[in-house]
Amino acid sequence: MILQVEGISKRFGGLQALSSVTFDLPEGQILGLIGPNGAGKTTLFNVINGIYPPDGGRVIFREKDVTKFKPYHMARLGLARTHQIVRPLNELSVRENVMVGSCFGRESHGLGAATRIADEVLKFVGLDIRADQLANSLNVAQKKRLEMARALASRPYLLLLDEVLAGLNPSEITAILETIRAIRDQGITIIMIEHVMHAIMNISERIIVLDYGEQIAEGTPDQIANNQKVIEAYLGDPKLAERLMEQNNGDTRDS
Amino acid sequence: MSTPGNETTAVSTQPARRRSLGAWRNPGIWLTLVTVLLVSAWPVLTQKASTREVIFTMLLSVVLASSLNIILGYTGYVSFGHVVFFGIGGYLGLYLMSTFGSSLWIAIIAGGIAAGLLAFLLGKAILRLRGAYFALATIGVNEAMRAFINNFKPFGGPIGLSLNFQVYQDYGGAAKALWLSYYLLVSITVGSILLSYLVKSSKFGLGLVAIREDEDAAEVMGVITPNAKTWAYVLSAILPGMVGVLFFFKNGNIEPTDAFRLHFSIELLVMVMLGGFGTVLGPIIGAAGYQRLRGFLLTSQLFKDIQLSVAGVLLLVIILFIPAGAVGWLRHRFPALRRVLP
Repeated sequence: MILQVEGISKRFGGLQALSSVTFDLPEGQILGLIGPNGAGKTTLFNVINGIYPPDGGRVIFREKDVTKFKPYHMARLGLARTHQIVRPLNELSVRENVMVGSCFGRESHGLGAATRIADEVLKFVGLDIRADQLANSLNVAQKKRLEMARALASRPYLLLLDEVLAGLNPSEITAILETIRAIRDQGITIIMIEHVMHAIMNISERIIVLDYGEQIAEGTPDQIANNQKVIEAYLGDPKLAERLMEQNNGDTRDS
Repeated sequence: MSTPGNETTAVSTQPARRRSLGAWRNPGIWLTLVTVLLVSAWPVLTQKASTREVIFTMLLSVVLASSLNIILGYTGYVSFGHVVFFGIGGYLGLYLMSTFGSSLWIAIIAGGIAAGLLAFLLGKAILRLRGAYFALATIGVNEAMRAFINNFKPFGGPIGLSLNFQVYQDYGGAAKALWLSYYLLVSITVGSILLSYLVKSSKFGLGLVAIREDEDAAEVMGVITPNAKTWAYVLSAILPGMVGVLFFFKNGNIEPTDAFRLHFSIELLVMVMLGGFGTVLGPIIGAAGYQRLRGFLLTSQLFKDIQLSVAGVLLLVIILFIPAGAVGWLRHRFPALRRVLP
């Protein structure tokens, strides 16, 4: 198990953002995390990542209790993430942005090695021709790729992707899904939050559904799409699930 | 994914070495150092005390502005009370010299250490504050320190400390001591420029700039932000502490109002902003330019009483129209210069 989340709870004032969320994540999987807005998905990332300490429960990362760890400790242990709202280091070049990931991530490289890794990773995510541009000159799709490049440059064991597909057009989505699969094929475990349903149904091995901080379902994409509770709480319309599955099958045939 | 075996490490150290040597191949830093040394040599060649005093003030500002730039320009934390390190260094140095008869060398080193230590302790306490709160806290620290020294008997309270004239005899008389101070300041200036450049072109510096651009994102990427900020603050305090000793040694006496002048801190901010924060060259050009301007204003009938308001207006104009400062503006305007202007 690369990650064990045991009974994580988090409360903000009167709002129970997470209540007793528990799951195990084996190495090499893509785990989808879905749920309506405000369900606590990003909060769960923030707890795993060390941004908020949980009110209860434990996070175990690679056999180590990391519940009280800070984000920079987690980064050095091999956890990387992207942000829902992109956070480029605007006044740095695209290459320097990625070098930060490599210099301070799990392998803590020097500047020389970091430059080499940055160029490698930028090529992998398809931003190599933008390497010398300032990060604030990129468009949204490119900034999302930059977020992924920074995370990958730290050579993580586990990658948390927070809505990397939001705001992208269909062809950009297809392209980025290819990249995500390629990352998984390198042996990096991924948890991704996503609202683009056909994409997450297609790419995840397993899905967890959150609703008002409660974990209401867990299973394969098929099980989730047919789960009565999920359909009621999240999809709303039972027919929608069937349509999504059809679309999903169509996508698989295409690729 | 490539596993980090021996082979990868062997490959990765080589470019690292090439890069660190490459930092010294930047013509910009050599050009800067040569220019500073040439300007510093001018009073030595002409043997004129008045030129020496002008250049002394200029170099003093270069050291202080370059040091301030490490926390302000690279890390993005506005320190409004940076002169506190200059003052505390000066006080400790003069105390050691007047009470224990220490040599100037020991006093300078002690001044640097005291300022660094103060920054370390302050860093632990107030660097967790962000933005305006940190800036306000630094003003508070400066004012608190002045009030404390004002009532601190060993440091002479409000009267301050004076050096016995005999002290200068150890350095071959007052005239020679003034020249010695000048040479020492030139060395510290070179040191401050090198320090600024080394920080900027290092991995540590990359971490600092990441903090400036987005502290939370830097943390998520693994920059240990509390440590990086504290060390940046310490590095930005040591040289001001050392030149504090030098300045007040040359002066012969120190008083709380001289040592902790808040408006001097603000003038330092103007210098850094004028030249371009976050660049190596910016604070040097800003400090030299501002001191030239100040010298001109002080001698002009019209401006001599309101030279500080000119500084204020200047800061306003810079922030409104060229927030990146002179060097920053050039780098934006001509991207080719990015490689040359450090």
